[in-house]
Amino acid sequence: MATANVLNCESTATIESNGKNIVIDCKIKNLYYGKFRAVRDSHIPVEQGQITAFIGPSGCGKSTALRCLNRMNDLVRGFRFEGHVHFRGKDIYHRNVDPVAVRRYIGMVFQQPNPFAMSIYNNVAFGLRLNRVKDDIPERVENALRGAALWDEVKDKLKNSGLSLSGGQQQRLCIARAIATEPSVLLMDEPCSALDPIATRRIEELMTELKEKYTIAVVTHNLQQAQRVADKTAFMYVDTTEGARTGYLVEYEDTNQLFADPKEEYTKQYIRGEFS
Amino acid sequence: MAITLEGDVPTDSVASPPSSLDVAGDRTFRGMTYMFSWMTIFLVLYILYEIAGKAAPAVKEYGVGFITGTTWDANRGEFGVFPEIWGTLYSAILALMIGGFFGVSIAIFLTQDFLSPKLELVFKNIVELLAAIPSVVYGLWGIYVVIPAIRPTANWIHEHLGWIPFFETSLSGPGMLPAAMVLSIMVLPTISAVSRDAISSVPHKLKEAAFGLGATRWEAIVGVIIPTSATGIFGALVLGFGRALGETMALAMLVGNSNQVSLSLFSPANTLAALLANNFPEAGKQEEGVLMYAALILMAITLLVNLLGTAIMNRASRRLSGVAR
Ligand SMILES: Nc1ncnc2c1ncn2[C@@H]1O[C@H](COP(=O)(O)OP(=O)(O)O)[C@@H](O)[C@H]1O
Ligand SMILES: [Mg+2]
Repeated sequence: MATANVLNCESTATIESNGKNIVIDCKIKNLYYGKFRAVRDSHIPVEQGQITAFIGPSGCGKSTALRCLNRMNDLVRGFRFEGHVHFRGKDIYHRNVDPVAVRRYIGMVFQQPNPFAMSIYNNVAFGLRLNRVKDDIPERVENALRGAALWDEVKDKLKNSGLSLSGGQQQRLCIARAIATEPSVLLMDEPCSALDPIATRRIEELMTELKEKYTIAVVTHNLQQAQRVADKTAFMYVDTTEGARTGYLVEYEDTNQLFADPKEEYTKQYIRGEFS
Repeated sequence: MAITLEGDVPTDSVASPPSSLDVAGDRTFRGMTYMFSWMTIFLVLYILYEIAGKAAPAVKEYGVGFITGTTWDANRGEFGVFPEIWGTLYSAILALMIGGFFGVSIAIFLTQDFLSPKLELVFKNIVELLAAIPSVVYGLWGIYVVIPAIRPTANWIHEHLGWIPFFETSLSGPGMLPAAMVLSIMVLPTISAVSRDAISSVPHKLKEAAFGLGATRWEAIVGVIIPTSATGIFGALVLGFGRALGETMALAMLVGNSNQVSLSLFSPANTLAALLANNFPEAGKQEEGVLMYAALILMAITLLVNLLGTAIMNRASRRLSGVAR
């Protein structure tokens, strides 16, 4: 399978620039949904072992940019991408690369908790079975649930439906499901927006723990959340000149730097809460 | 009496209670819906009452022997519908297997972005058009097209594989296989339309979850989409099975109307519905009661299938939603 091998090689060839380890280097030139240009000119690197946050007003293309990173947008009819996304130095939009393979290495957690209508155990084992993992499935399921800080709450009811859990638990189940196969990168699209403040804090703590093993890119509309968890922050804004609504990257910086001393005027206004 | 709130509300408010006309309209509407629902229930009970009443003498006279008996001879006053019960179930199960397989496959094909939305609509309408063809036309088509078309193959299979019970007789004309084939086409639109609805109501976020884990389209369909919509697909199959059990005209024309209990797909057979359709024109007073008895049995079978189907579906959906174990 030549296509799969493109991503599956042993190389840890991350791009070394200024001593940083860049796992995903995303350069969007133009991104269209049909005739509509949703995002333009955004270069967002995702560094190894760090949390990169995407912030910006709604509709500016944060989700779209994030979903570029594992080719989820390919599911949208009319989606068109110009630019490149290098994963460990290889372009995942190369025509020989199978998007299915990309998603096995770059996992995703969605805005709405979306466990399958099956048992908790089978939810977590789902990805393992896709990857034809035969050994130690129970152990791997347990580890994933521990990793998602859910094990103690569900260890006595693994056979219950995933849908029987609360919203926050469901989201942690989805995280467990995503990390069970040990992907290299975890993409999270506003993972806390459907959750209450306590469940939100749990997920945030979890993200900082997961950082030890996984590289994370997260979309959030919550600036405090970005400040609490993210190492790097990318601020996107939407360009409404000439009747268009095209999102683009305004500023990408260390989180502390971006919030303490933003360089761009739009960033300053946004983090002061002057528009949303 | 209603308590008025006007006194407590600031006078400049535009909020006002519903007028007496609104209330009367609402009451009338509710009354009418009540009436119509009760009328439906009453109608069903009334039909049952009439049939059971007409069947009562025959039930008394023939009892359980009617269900287990295998001869139907009006001249000798001997009546038994076991072959018809067998033929009804056998033809419906065969039709369900063929129609179910194709119906569910079509439903998947029409919902999982294999086609452009326009083509999907075209295909969907064509399949649903099958439901608009009258039963008798299916019967004619079966007699003049299907039977001649499958006869050579069927007889070849009989010659070479005749030791298998399913092929132990030759196909000389009407029989179980052509009947079941035509029946399967007749239940196809029901099965595909209902399972299509079930499959397309699988939330988009679940598909995203499957694809996000790196599932191929096939893996997403088999691993997530079908299991999630299994209850609805099962409901579609139950509906299709119910239709197949009760289908009359096409079967009366195609099944052969012969009282036999045989596993052979090529043997002529009979079904309860076909029996009723073929015998009521020249039924005497006694045979009328016997036919009503047979009708009662047919109704009992369809009722049982529907009840069982509903019970299984309820259990399954409760298990999936996680409300109870
Ligand atoms: N599947 C889609 N099809 C068409 N347009 C879309 C789709 N998803 C998003 N868009 C459009 O792309 C723009 C960016 O959307 P999105 O990435 O969801 O923004 P954000 O996540 O920052 O709120 C919006 O104008 C939105 O309407
Ligand atoms: Mg979004």
